[in-house]
Amino acid sequence: MLRFTLERLVGMVITMALVSVMVFIIMEIPPGDYADRYAFRKFSGTGVSVTEADVQAIREDLGLDKPMVLRYFDWIGNIVLRGDFGQAFAFETSVVKVIGDKVWLTLGILLTTLLLTYAISVPVGIYAAVKRGSSLDYGLTVFSYLGLALPNFLLALILLYFANKWFGADIGGLFSPQYQDAPWSLGKLWDLIKHLWLPAVVLAWSAVAYQIQTMRATMSDELNRLSVTAARARGVPEGKLLLKYPARLAINPIVSTIGFDVNRIFSELPIVAAVLGLTELGELLLKAYLDLDMYVAGAILLLLTFIIVFMNFVSDLLLAWLDPRIKLGA
Amino acid sequence: MSDATANALSKQEEKERQQRLKYYSASQWTLIWWRFRRHKAAMVAGVILGVMALLGIFAEFVAPYGPTTRDTQYIDGAPQMPKFCDQNGCSARPFIHGVSTKRDPVTLRAISVPDPEKRVYVEFFVQGERTKVLGFIPTNIHLFGLSDPDAKLHLWGTDDLGRDVFSRTMYATRTSLSIGVIGVLISFVLALAIGGVAGYAGGMTDNVIQRVTEVVRVVPIIPLYMGLAAAMPKEWSTTQVYFAMTLILGLFGWPTLARRIRSQLLSIRGEDYVVAARLAGARPGRIIGQHMLPSFTSFIIVDLVISFPYMILSETALSFVGLGLRPPTVSWGVLLQQAQSVRVIEQTPWLFIPALFVVVAVLAFTVIGDGLRDAADPYSEAK
Repeated sequence: MLRFTLERLVGMVITMALVSVMVFIIMEIPPGDYADRYAFRKFSGTGVSVTEADVQAIREDLGLDKPMVLRYFDWIGNIVLRGDFGQAFAFETSVVKVIGDKVWLTLGILLTTLLLTYAISVPVGIYAAVKRGSSLDYGLTVFSYLGLALPNFLLALILLYFANKWFGADIGGLFSPQYQDAPWSLGKLWDLIKHLWLPAVVLAWSAVAYQIQTMRATMSDELNRLSVTAARARGVPEGKLLLKYPARLAINPIVSTIGFDVNRIFSELPIVAAVLGLTELGELLLKAYLDLDMYVAGAILLLLTFIIVFMNFVSDLLLAWLDPRIKLGA
Repeated sequence: MSDATANALSKQEEKERQQRLKYYSASQWTLIWWRFRRHKAAMVAGVILGVMALLGIFAEFVAPYGPTTRDTQYIDGAPQMPKFCDQNGCSARPFIHGVSTKRDPVTLRAISVPDPEKRVYVEFFVQGERTKVLGFIPTNIHLFGLSDPDAKLHLWGTDDLGRDVFSRTMYATRTSLSIGVIGVLISFVLALAIGGVAGYAGGMTDNVIQRVTEVVRVVPIIPLYMGLAAAMPKEWSTTQVYFAMTLILGLFGWPTLARRIRSQLLSIRGEDYVVAARLAGARPGRIIGQHMLPSFTSFIIVDLVISFPYMILSETALSFVGLGLRPPTVSWGVLLQQAQSVRVIEQTPWLFIPALFVVVAVLAFTVIGDGLRDAADPYSEAK
């Protein structure tokens, strides 16, 4: 187990190193560099005249005149050694300050969504497999198709509309106005929990649709096994039997795709966040892209990918623990 | 047993034998088609997609007006449903009520009010705006329009600039579907090259390529697309943006297909016929293209069809948040940019009609993909 964990850790570091190169390239693609855009913003915002010498000074100050390879090592070195992700335009502070506690909000949304996804898709998938061919099963299949076809921003708008209509209250965002800038307290946490369900439902929607199908398919295969027939012949009660043999095995594909689900959730996050007005990393990422605030964008992309890679690692460990057959092959 | 029954029996047998012969002598693609035809939902989805593609291809002919033509008489107007009856009796030809401009009694703004006394008839193949169908056939004939050339028919209403939603949706259908097609083709070529090299060479090359594939797979795809799209210079023309978008979508769509090609190639790399081709001196490109790929072409087609919805949804999502195609280009995502708030659902819900197209197109591609997957291996036992 230790060897397996170490191997996965090394793989994780290599992947993250390669990802950081790719993220850096994306940060470099937009025309001009940080100094140019900084000068332009300063100029267009206030009318202060900025000379070429000023731009050059910023450039040298931040080490932007070095060759690209050196700049990459500066950037990644600062992140790894000092946790410094560079400069942000907004409020002219560091990226770390801009991101702040949004990482925790994003993780909160992610965990709520994942819990919701598995809490729905696992039991429903088992039920659909047991009642194969029933009208409920067909209904679920139709729902799955719809779940994959409905763009999530559209679903967000529809839910927002009905929430407004039925509850009257303003349901968007992550906090009520009075808590928006307040320091953390129990009241604020409770307010957050009351607001989390909407983004969680929207983000879980397509993952649920997909995982119900996975669960149903593997569960159907497992139900046909001789072990199930044998257990039934021994007189094991049906409910206990379902959980002990087929469900126990059918859960493996779900566990092995946790990283995949996290990836999908993060992929949808910026657009859902924009529609629902969530003040977390996805929304910040979208804003950063639109402003070409590339240090912020790069930092968020790196963080999101790191969470995905880490969840992949967790899912590998979980799977190895759940299914001892895997370890030998790894 | 009488002669007659024996005769009938042998006729029956003969018929069955003929059928079996037909089955055994049919080519793989004929068998796939037979199997696919049995999948009713996929056939229906195929027809729907076909109609959608035709609407897009002949958008200039189908749409009564151009995508940017404004009707200042009818701004934010509701859909006008052609009807056969009103309070003045019925007519055999469909008509709509004409619109006349009045002053709002409170704000004194000019508002358009339907005039129930005025009938304007809907006609087919009417003369209208001059356009070029397919970009080169000049015509002024449109599929449908109104008998009165001054009045305009807005089947699905108008937006806040008075542009016809129906016409814009037709043009958008062409853009969105074509972006999907080109994007899928680009990612197919990339997947073939990358998966082909990895699967054919194996060993160290394969390991390196697998690492890179893993990196592309692990980064969330829409934020990645957004990063590349954000880098497009603001001064680019709409055509440049269009091609850049297809390139971006295609550039990262390959990992799934590349994996499929790689694993299939790896599994048949040691087969006798591949070794024979190699010994005969065929070059790697020829061995892959001529000898190895044909054994799993049908699976590649399935994967291509399944990747369509992702392209369409990605394009829609990117354009929706303003990082993809830009007006005056019209695509489903660009049209939905106008429908970003709850207020729109309440006041001008017809702006969401393009979203129906997105949902239907994605559903159709998914269902066809399912049907093709069942049919892709026609030699497996029928379910």
